[in-house]
Amino acid sequence: MEDEKILEIKDLHTAFRFQDEYFDAIDDVSLSLYKNEVLAIVGESGCGKSTIANSIVGLHDKNFTKTSGEIIYNGENVLNYSEDQYNKIRGKEIGFIFQDPLASLNPLHKIGIQIEESLIYHTNLNKGQRHERMLQLLDQVGIINPKRIANQFPHQLSGGMRQRVLIAIALSCKPKIIIADEPTTALDVTIQAQILDLLTELQDEINAGIILITHDLGVVAQMSDRVAVMYAGQIVEYAETKELFSNPLHPYTRSLLQSIPQADSVGEELHVIKGMVPSLKNLVREGCRFAPRIPWILESEHEKSPMLNEVSKNHFVRCTCWKNFHFRDDGGY
Amino acid sequence: MWKTVLRRSLLMIPQLFILSIIVFALGKMMPGDPFTGLITPDIDPLRIAELKEKAGLNDPIPVQYKNWMVRILRDGDFGKSYTYKMQVSTLIGARAVNTLWLSLLTLILTYLIAIPLGIYAGRYQGSPFDKGVIIYNFISFAIPTFVLSLIFLLIFGYKLAWFPTTGSVEIGVQKGTFAYVLSKLHYMILPAITAAVLRTAGTIQYLRNEVIDAKTQDYVKTARSKGVPIDKVYTHHIFRNSLLPIAAFFGFTITGLLSGSIFIETIFSYSGMGELFISAINSRDYAVMNALVLLFGFLTLTGSLLSDIIMTAVDPRIRIE
Repeated sequence: MEDEKILEIKDLHTAFRFQDEYFDAIDDVSLSLYKNEVLAIVGESGCGKSTIANSIVGLHDKNFTKTSGEIIYNGENVLNYSEDQYNKIRGKEIGFIFQDPLASLNPLHKIGIQIEESLIYHTNLNKGQRHERMLQLLDQVGIINPKRIANQFPHQLSGGMRQRVLIAIALSCKPKIIIADEPTTALDVTIQAQILDLLTELQDEINAGIILITHDLGVVAQMSDRVAVMYAGQIVEYAETKELFSNPLHPYTRSLLQSIPQADSVGEELHVIKGMVPSLKNLVREGCRFAPRIPWILESEHEKSPMLNEVSKNHFVRCTCWKNFHFRDDGGY
Repeated sequence: MWKTVLRRSLLMIPQLFILSIIVFALGKMMPGDPFTGLITPDIDPLRIAELKEKAGLNDPIPVQYKNWMVRILRDGDFGKSYTYKMQVSTLIGARAVNTLWLSLLTLILTYLIAIPLGIYAGRYQGSPFDKGVIIYNFISFAIPTFVLSLIFLLIFGYKLAWFPTTGSVEIGVQKGTFAYVLSKLHYMILPAITAAVLRTAGTIQYLRNEVIDAKTQDYVKTARSKGVPIDKVYTHHIFRNSLLPIAAFFGFTITGLLSGSIFIETIFSYSGMGELFISAINSRDYAVMNALVLLFGFLTLTGSLLSDIIMTAVDPRIRIE
């Protein structure tokens, strides 16, 4: 952890427009990423994980989004970047891996061309060198017979291979940061493990920092060094992975962990968190945002305007409701 | 793939055969015959009856059909036009060339107008330009062919007199000369522009929606996350994907143009197949009428085959087995 900080997000707000009104999808998020580490962001669908990722490289439609705060990369606040400046870091310094590998590849272009594309804009390699580099990348992500695959179209590949291709694209310019947005969600379990192994392996090679966005706590435990747990656009708990799993504090984190099926819990009913993440429009922005989903906890346990508090070294928790939190006595939820 | 093309082509034979029966029957069901128009107070009814007998119109209908079919299959002879007193194939051949050039020009103009409008409207969705395009679409789609044709004829044909209002080429110009080609083009422009304006709405709307749809696709996000400049994202990724549905209709569009400029050709008195078709129906010129319907049927079938072939060429996901 003594490594250098490569990305710092400070008080990030990202708001989306609905009918001329802006609603914060990301509310006051601060995170930092160090060289060589994996920072995981976990949370349910709709809690704003991907929004953070897209905000970092400015992929949102500017007509419908407003961002404020700071995202410091290379000593500059990238939120002030123009489209051209963004294009210089996208793909070159920051690589992206997306969730759905089939939809994320252009169905009409051959694999090889799609990998070479970022080399065209970010390197001075000539055509032949690009081709060489492309084959080398395919080989690097564990694709057997790169020459054949380079000439195929996305639909001719299996899901795992497509995800490898996406990783090759993300890696093509040896980025300093890789943002992996649910990279294994669309894959089956055995392939998931392979892809995660591959990511770890490649990270060691290029010393990149990885931001891993996922809703799968298993993946978090296996991969990450530090975790930020998000709920309704806010970070509710932020700690080192070991600490978080051995000492989860926030009710939301504990509920999430409780919801993982255990090998010895056969026959028991699975824990579910009742309700769902409120939509942007309906979200009550005052008070503890998780309160409506744990109604048995008294209002007095919550803070009026909950902040992230450092409860032990490098372990941050929002609100005070964690102190006396208990699951429902009837064993239910 | 060639196997499929061959199989589909062979399949056309029974389809055309069934079509020929329907066409022939429908033609015969219409009241009157080619000689009805000749009846005047001073013509001898016996003379008409004699003509009908000679033309074989008094034979039982199945026999007439058989004779017609046999001549087509044995000699490739579609019969003789009653009105023009010439071989149907020669007659249609001359007209087909006119229609072919008109269709080609219409097609080029249609895409020249529709593709940029569709792409830019989609790209700048909600902008004043986009709104303008939508209004244009509504108008050009809603306006009946004959209304727009007459308006254009009035403005550009009579008032401004930029273009001739009837015919397909200047009378007296030597065939094969450059002046002849220019004159042909001059006569073609107004009907082609009219037809193109009427046809753009569908293409624009399709393209616009496809572009709007493609913009939000994940592969576009991937391209942008690779640092591809936005203009290049449009030309390399969005444009080609958005053209797929247009390509799918391309075959139909071509054949639709060849057979479908009936109104345009009639209004502009442009001597193409469409105009010939209408006049053939009006004068009960069975031989011409039947031959044309068969030809249009053949074109439609070819068009659908052509569309499939084009699709496999542009979209690697589609292969016809």
